[in-house]
Amino acid sequence: MNVAKRTFDAVIVGAGGAGLRAALQLSEAGMKTAVLTKVFPTRSHTVAAQGGVAASLGNSTEDNWHWHMYDTVKGSDWLGDQDAIEFMCKKANEVVVELEHYGMPFDRTDNGKIYQRPFGGHSMNYGQAPVMRSCAAADRTGHAMLHALYQRNVRANTQFFVEWMALDLIRNENGDVLGVTAMEMETGEVSIFHAKATVFATGGAGRIYHSSTNAFINTGDGVGMAARAGIPLEDMEFWQFHPTGVAGAGVLITEGVRGEGGILRNASGERFMERYAPNLKDLASRDVVSRAMTTEINEGRGCGPDKDHVLLDITHLAPENIMKRLPGIREIAIQFAGVDPIKAPIPVVPTCHYQMGGIPTNYKGQVVVPKDGNHNTPVVGFYAAGECACASVHGANRLGTNSLLDLLVFGKSAGETVVEDFQSGNLSLKPLPADAADVSLARLARLESQTGGESVFDVGLEMRRTMQKHAGVFRFDDLLKQGVTKMAEVAERAKRTEIADKSKVWNVARMEALELDNLIEVARATIVSAEARKESRGAHVRDDAPDTAENPNGRDDANWLKHTLWYSEGNRLDYKPVNLKPLSDDVKPIALAKRTY
Amino acid sequence: MSKRSVSFKIYRYDPDRDEKPYMQDITVELEASDKKLLDALVRLRAKDDSMSFRRSCREGVCGSDAMNINGKNGLACLTDIDSLAQPITLRPLPGLPVIRDLIVDMTQFFKQYHSIKPYLVNNDPAPERERLQSPEEREELNGLYECILCACCSTSCPSFWWNPDKFVGPAGLLAAYRFLADTRDQDTNARLDNLEDPYRLFRCHSIMNCVDVCPKSLNPTKAIGKIKDMMVRRAV
Repeated sequence: MNVAKRTFDAVIVGAGGAGLRAALQLSEAGMKTAVLTKVFPTRSHTVAAQGGVAASLGNSTEDNWHWHMYDTVKGSDWLGDQDAIEFMCKKANEVVVELEHYGMPFDRTDNGKIYQRPFGGHSMNYGQAPVMRSCAAADRTGHAMLHALYQRNVRANTQFFVEWMALDLIRNENGDVLGVTAMEMETGEVSIFHAKATVFATGGAGRIYHSSTNAFINTGDGVGMAARAGIPLEDMEFWQFHPTGVAGAGVLITEGVRGEGGILRNASGERFMERYAPNLKDLASRDVVSRAMTTEINEGRGCGPDKDHVLLDITHLAPENIMKRLPGIREIAIQFAGVDPIKAPIPVVPTCHYQMGGIPTNYKGQVVVPKDGNHNTPVVGFYAAGECACASVHGANRLGTNSLLDLLVFGKSAGETVVEDFQSGNLSLKPLPADAADVSLARLARLESQTGGESVFDVGLEMRRTMQKHAGVFRFDDLLKQGVTKMAEVAERAKRTEIADKSKVWNVARMEALELDNLIEVARATIVSAEARKESRGAHVRDDAPDTAENPNGRDDANWLKHTLWYSEGNRLDYKPVNLKPLSDDVKPIALAKRTY
Repeated sequence: MSKRSVSFKIYRYDPDRDEKPYMQDITVELEASDKKLLDALVRLRAKDDSMSFRRSCREGVCGSDAMNINGKNGLACLTDIDSLAQPITLRPLPGLPVIRDLIVDMTQFFKQYHSIKPYLVNNDPAPERERLQSPEEREELNGLYECILCACCSTSCPSFWWNPDKFVGPAGLLAAYRFLADTRDQDTNARLDNLEDPYRLFRCHSIMNCVDVCPKSLNPTKAIGKIKDMMVRRAV
């Protein structure tokens, strides 16, 4: 196959919040930049974020970044790196105000400032009471943000390659990153994007689970590409199950509903969160609420004929407030749950939502790997930001509204680092190896010629069911062990996928087969990392690591206060220390403590 | 809903294989949990992987899966399958070149969107904090900023079918008014200049197909009326 080569200063893969924020830095600095995206930018999954973006603006209640940092470290169950967390919380006001200047239509307070609402796990004065920190545009914050970022990129003349799917990462013999191969959907044509800098902003892979709030496109493409190219994946056992997905449909209902006063109830109408989190109640951290809901359902207090969900109740709120602050939620409830939440509660279940782990980076957005005795050696020419990256600010459990903040702060930071490296002459266009496109071409050729193979649909379904059953909200030693074996079998089947459609033009079947390869890497990483971590921490809670005096909440800091690194080749595991030291002297390390809400 | 089978008539065209487009009759078995047209299309793809359409969020916010459903534009993910008369006839959005099956080339649509300078213009030095805007001023943006660029409206508009290169179309004009209505924007005059010609704005004849099909219940015709008012007020 003929492979065209295109040369840029930088190539950004992905045009969601992180990719667009990074692209702005590069375009405005005059770098020749290509942004590859498999969907038109405003179709990226950032569009689906609802409740808000965290920043300690203090517009309605007193607030400061120290409190935000404390909440984030505690939310992460101390697995987050405190240097990156300090950086993010300190930068929050700056990046949110910037967005407002770009034109983002935030809701307003009576005195004209950005409207802020309470959100789960966010508190004032180190856990004392809920704080109003989530900056919101009704319940469409992600949509408003993504469109504002795209619009600003139109102004900056950013060059997009729309409906181009990146296939594989190109590295040379030193491991330096030289760009990617990518396929144009409309023609099926493969090109090499050769660049001095490559930025991954490809989002998460929530589609490894059967029940997911995530879009079809969330197939972990960047994470899969990195893993196949020998980059380890960090903390992949940690997946966030959002407490409130619409039962049956999986569609997200924002935590902002509880921020505005919504209450979770079991079959007897009890506000059960009072028993699990006496202080923050329904606004406890997401992992805590999801486990409480699952426990209620498992113990027979679920609602409906099958007792398989709980109810999210806002019938006590003023209808005009629902129409003003939660209009999108009302539409979703009517569309996907068949109830008008003004009149009746919404049936909800914990649903896979967010990938806390990912491609290891530092707070500058550089991808870092263990090399020559240093755990965090930057990979030359490679950067990542947003959900595909692990900075790590979310650790074992992300707080709501910190994902939109993550993609703004680290999208910008990665962009700034690329510009600095470019302007200081640290980046150069390294020669492409002769076999730069061979891996991609071999994958495509295999798909083209496969006979007697497996259906992409069937293998994908088996993967999603396996992950759902073996690595869900609660985890069990025997199920995890079986899951590792089962996923290895599914991965073998995925090597033999076959497609009937061989057309060159907009071939969805080919795209889905290539996406499955990426999902499989993520699913393997998840199950293997989860089986190995013999403690409970954040979103990873095992039956054989219960709450004891020695290990509160089952967390075993003596043995497991460390990041997992999973290598695709041989399913190899490695570990690296958590950074408990903040970036500056402005703040003391947040000391280890038992998490209660 | 229980298990049931649903019949379709679907526009098919693969330029790599077909000499010309054709309508395919096809039936699909649905599971009880399948409620939306998109669920049925996903089942269909499991049966025939060459069936091509765009999709992503499956909850009506990304704007990918717009198509012509029994003669009316809409989003597959927000359309109740059981509300549709069978056979369900699916065609690509009208008036745009077809790339393959239900996938259209949206270049012209986005070109018009880009032509209205869809970004806030404010040349004052950026203040340290947010620019202030009262809740009432912010309210003016409701019904405008929620557009998902699905193109249901523009591709249902006869004026856009007739002059896709000259008439901005309802989606682009809705976006134009979104910035005209924003108290933070300073480019009002240039924005109105940009629309003042016989085609760009004034080809809207208030047919209101756009209002009828918008999956987000927005009203481009009303926004276009407000731009026309601004033009008139500026002229006197």
